[in-house]
Amino acid sequence: MSEPVIEVRNLWTRFGRQIVHRDINLTVYRGEILALVGGSGSGKTTLLRQMLGLERPGRGEVCVFGKSLHKSDPDELLKLRRRSGVLFQEGALFSALTVFDNIALPMRELRTLEEDFIRDLVLFKLQSVGIEAKHASKMPAELSGGMVKRVALARALALEPELLFLDEPTAGLDPDRSESFVQLLRGLHRELCLTVVMVTHDLDTLAALADRVAVLCEQKLIAVGPVREVAQNAHQFICNFFQGERGRRAVEAAVKREQEQPNACVAGLPEKQGV
Amino acid sequence: MQPAADDSPDLPEFQLVADSQGHAWAKLSGVWNLRALEPLLPGLEGTLSQRAKEASGWDLTGITALDHAGALLIWRAWGRRMVELLKARPEHTALFSQLELPDPTSLQPRRWRVGDPVRALGIGALSFIEHLQGFVVLLGQVALDVLRLARRPEGAPWKEISANLYRTGAQALGITALVGFLVGVVLSYLTAQQLRAFGADLYIVNLLGVAVIRELGPVLAAILVAGRSGSAMTAQIGVMRVTEELDALSVLGIPHTLRLVLPKMIALAIAMPLLILWTNAIALIGGMVSAQAQLGIDYRYFIMSLPAAVPIANLWLGLAKGFVFGIFIALVACHFGLRIKPNTESLGQGTTSSVVTATTLVILIDAIFAVMFSDMGSFV
Repeated sequence: MSEPVIEVRNLWTRFGRQIVHRDINLTVYRGEILALVGGSGSGKTTLLRQMLGLERPGRGEVCVFGKSLHKSDPDELLKLRRRSGVLFQEGALFSALTVFDNIALPMRELRTLEEDFIRDLVLFKLQSVGIEAKHASKMPAELSGGMVKRVALARALALEPELLFLDEPTAGLDPDRSESFVQLLRGLHRELCLTVVMVTHDLDTLAALADRVAVLCEQKLIAVGPVREVAQNAHQFICNFFQGERGRRAVEAAVKREQEQPNACVAGLPEKQGV
Repeated sequence: MQPAADDSPDLPEFQLVADSQGHAWAKLSGVWNLRALEPLLPGLEGTLSQRAKEASGWDLTGITALDHAGALLIWRAWGRRMVELLKARPEHTALFSQLELPDPTSLQPRRWRVGDPVRALGIGALSFIEHLQGFVVLLGQVALDVLRLARRPEGAPWKEISANLYRTGAQALGITALVGFLVGVVLSYLTAQQLRAFGADLYIVNLLGVAVIRELGPVLAAILVAGRSGSAMTAQIGVMRVTEELDALSVLGIPHTLRLVLPKMIALAIAMPLLILWTNAIALIGGMVSAQAQLGIDYRYFIMSLPAAVPIANLWLGLAKGFVFGIFIALVACHFGLRIKPNTESLGQGTTSSVVTATTLVILIDAIFAVMFSDMGSFV
């Protein structure tokens, strides 16, 4: 079985009086794509931000690559950060920099790469996310929504991370673009054997990408496991989420994909995780 | 190449091996990803491309991890093309097959040309004209809005005017008082030394009175407001552009000038004269305190002789200037705010230009007033 990359242990979060997470335990294994789903306000994005170390949980801890995010010293934390990449929902490209400089920035920050090498690497990254080199000198404001996502993905991958976080990767894209973006993510995942944690609302994205789903509802993780198993859970939220027409189609698609193209990056995942 | 005296499997390794036919094979093994390569990179690339010439075939089957950076490094060692004799895992071959990069020289920054300064000057002049034009258009739109409101006053944005009045006027009382008081003290202190030399102590009331009421009070207050409220207005409108709130207003059929520009302008036109009155008073108090300490001039005498020393026309002139300053500071701030493009750099640039332009404009208008009304309020 694969080794754990992220371990969330006994995590509690509260905003003022309102409890958002109540004793959450979750493990993400190397090479898998884990989708976090849940109703709006269920704390998916907060949990993602806690895994990134942007927010601190009230109680409990988050370990990434076996190191606690809250007990590590700044140097160690920096090393951890360089091993993970994030695709923010709106892209979060630096609006004052060109596409090229946006992707080159993290590489230049390493201070060991030569400019010549960086130039080739940026072009390679752009190519691998399907952006032509002629767009490299554009400013983010001149790009369409789909291109912003692709460039943001290229930046997230700039330092060759092993761990990739995606916040609503297909939100705001039309079905066609969303489909091709999902294909791109699948391709890159296979090529680079990334571990991916994504937050998503979109059933099609979920079906096309996720190896496992974690469902957040009523402050708890109510189910964790492969799509086909989670979909059979009798919980009200899961029923509403998966039992509609679109939900059923998505589950079928996920099961079919699982059989036809199993995730080659994972040695074996636990079938069901105690919640 | 043996990168380091370390046999841990987490390092990239390179060996030249001869096969049975005597061909030299470059055998790469270990981890070829950015994290492992990064510390070795400075020397690694040169060594690799040198060794590449000796090898006739490449065996990459020993590589356990390969990412874009590693693939790129090897591909560059091959001379930016695929090699013919290559043994590699299929997923690694896939990485190499994508490598068909355009010539990076196409991305070189444009070189300096002789005509550039001329072009820059032309662009500068055109942009100045464009600003002027935009400013006049804005002024015209606001004038039309005022006319529309005069006919239907119930549609006036009273709430916004009141909110702006509080933000730009009431909240500026503290800083204008502090600066006014200090300037009054300094001015009085310095003139007192000169006047004592001539035995003209009593004239300090005239000097301070005219200087503060006619010039210093209005200009000081206006510059403070331009820096404080002007920048805030520009930034506010600019952020509204970034978050598409301006577009939302447009599609709701609410003109920007009516809801955003006009309230700010009216509020500043009211607040500015009042702030000037306040600054004048505090600056004179500062001067009075300093005059008493330096020259022993009684507070009572200072206050009683002020009306005789400073003709009332000076006060009206100062307040009128404040009215005009207020209108122009608000208009300039809104003009630059509305021109901000949805990116962070433009926001910073717009705010800076707004404050600089508003401050310059205040001084310019003050000079115009000084020339136009030079014979008014003099005390001969």
